[in-house]
Amino acid sequence: MRLAFFGGLYSNYLALEAAISDARRRDVQELYCLGDMGAFGPHPDRVVSMLREAEVFCIQGNYDDSIGNELSDCQCGYTDPRDNLYAQISYDYTLANTNRENRRWLQQLPVSADIERNGVRMHLCHGSPRRTNEFLWESTTSDAFLDRLIEPSGAGLVLGTHTGLHWTRTTPSDRQFVNVGVLGRPANDGETHVWYTLVELAERPAGQGVPGARLEFVPVEYDFRRLSDEMRREGLPEEFAETIETGWWTTCLEVLPSRERRRGQF
Amino acid sequence: MSNTGSDAGQVELSGLDELWFQVAGTLCNLTCTHCFISCSPHNDSFGFLSLESVEGALAESVGRGVREYYFTGGEPFLNPELVPMLELALGYGPVTVLTNATVLKDEWLERLRVAEDRGPYSLEFRVSIDGPDAATNDPIRGAGTFDRAMRGVELLVRHAVLPIITMTRTWPDGDDQRVLAAFREVLARHGCDRPRLKVLPRLLIGAEAQRTCGYGETDRVSARMMQGYDSDQLICSHSRTVTDRGVFVCPILLDEPSARLGATLAEANRSFSLEHGACVTCYQYGAICTNPSGQAFEQMVGRVEDGAGEGGM
Repeated sequence: MRLAFFGGLYSNYLALEAAISDARRRDVQELYCLGDMGAFGPHPDRVVSMLREAEVFCIQGNYDDSIGNELSDCQCGYTDPRDNLYAQISYDYTLANTNRENRRWLQQLPVSADIERNGVRMHLCHGSPRRTNEFLWESTTSDAFLDRLIEPSGAGLVLGTHTGLHWTRTTPSDRQFVNVGVLGRPANDGETHVWYTLVELAERPAGQGVPGARLEFVPVEYDFRRLSDEMRREGLPEEFAETIETGWWTTCLEVLPSRERRRGQF
Repeated sequence: MSNTGSDAGQVELSGLDELWFQVAGTLCNLTCTHCFISCSPHNDSFGFLSLESVEGALAESVGRGVREYYFTGGEPFLNPELVPMLELALGYGPVTVLTNATVLKDEWLERLRVAEDRGPYSLEFRVSIDGPDAATNDPIRGAGTFDRAMRGVELLVRHAVLPIITMTRTWPDGDDQRVLAAFREVLARHGCDRPRLKVLPRLLIGAEAQRTCGYGETDRVSARMMQGYDSDQLICSHSRTVTDRGVFVCPILLDEPSARLGATLAEANRSFSLEHGACVTCYQYGAICTNPSGQAFEQMVGRVEDGAGEGGM
């Protein structure tokens, strides 16, 4: 059985379309999205229509909570004035361009979900199992902390997104955390593709790691030039389009730990 | 100075996310006039931690699910065992060291680069500089300290470190943007062209209470103020500080006897009464001690109930 997990769409409907097609080509039976449908990109209603059309099971990110409840900002919590400026431009555009029905849909999404498939218990969250807007970075999350976060859910596999960078680790207690990555913008690596996560579950549990679960991070190519053109036509900041075209993050850098920040250009 | 009134807000330890090591005690090569625990070359009210005691606390911390470790002082690099301590801690989790960057050595940074590259975790350097020029910084931190700190920043950059520069706001709040812009400019001139900046509020205790003023009797966090407040904003809800004189609630209140919660981490696993003036500053600004990457950002409204296995399509 194959499951696909998307995160951080940031209104990138072109990447979402490509990812859904890719997942279907790979015979994926169930599609999940771990939240943050809006931000950065153009025409935020388009990803919502696609998610509903493709029957993707969705949970709520902090951005969706904000848009759904018409709050004043995205709750990413930046303190750097430059990060805040761009985050606010992005948020105000997304709020103004999300229709009422879609706001209601975002508002009612569950903040987490527990599923069991082929004997594998999975906990789905946005940031961390305890907090929607908690950043779990690879370099600032200890094994001991992961175990503490995962243990109450009773799951062997926890999946989240929120940071924008995909990674996974199996703890000494044999619990696994996966940041499934984001479809909304590249992974700050100088490449234009974006990422989702494929989980393949064996019919019978295997002996090691999370029983029977095999993970694959899948790169997704899409028409990024069309996206950046549309961003410009919508009057979104040049910095957002630059990230899409170059693969380097230009904004919202403050919260990156040094190790992740060093890998980027800015 | 404390108010032991029964209406003080209470904070439970929800979990031990950060473990602080007061690794240099109150000993520092500088005597900053705003230091909230009055560190100096002569203040030995708290002494150096030993490698053995750090090792013991690290081992104990695993069972508590600690996320990350902070090493502070005083000036941590005065402790001759600091580098082995940081190397050891990087085997357990992410590490941050808070330094004034005036005593760093190439050989230490080379060793620490190797230690960081060996495992998955970040080693962060937080460098205290209290203004973008000597005229602002030196009256607080001492003559010549701005230039010395900039040489330290250059050294860190040469070792591929992206330091977090922390500055205590000794200027009017409205000047933040001007100060931050000046910092970016001067740091770039010293090779640090991806500056990570964090502004800290003044804590009106220790030397700062003498330099300007202390807290008033009414500057307290009451139980009523805690109603509806996200206590994750306060590090006492998710941190403890190991010193050579026991475990304290946070790295700020070391001069307060009631802030010593026990001899061990296990004894310090209890609630804390917010009965000190400095608690108001933490309440007001939130998460002042934590790195931006690990900060618990406040969420604004009530959550939608979990809908395990239903809805969402």
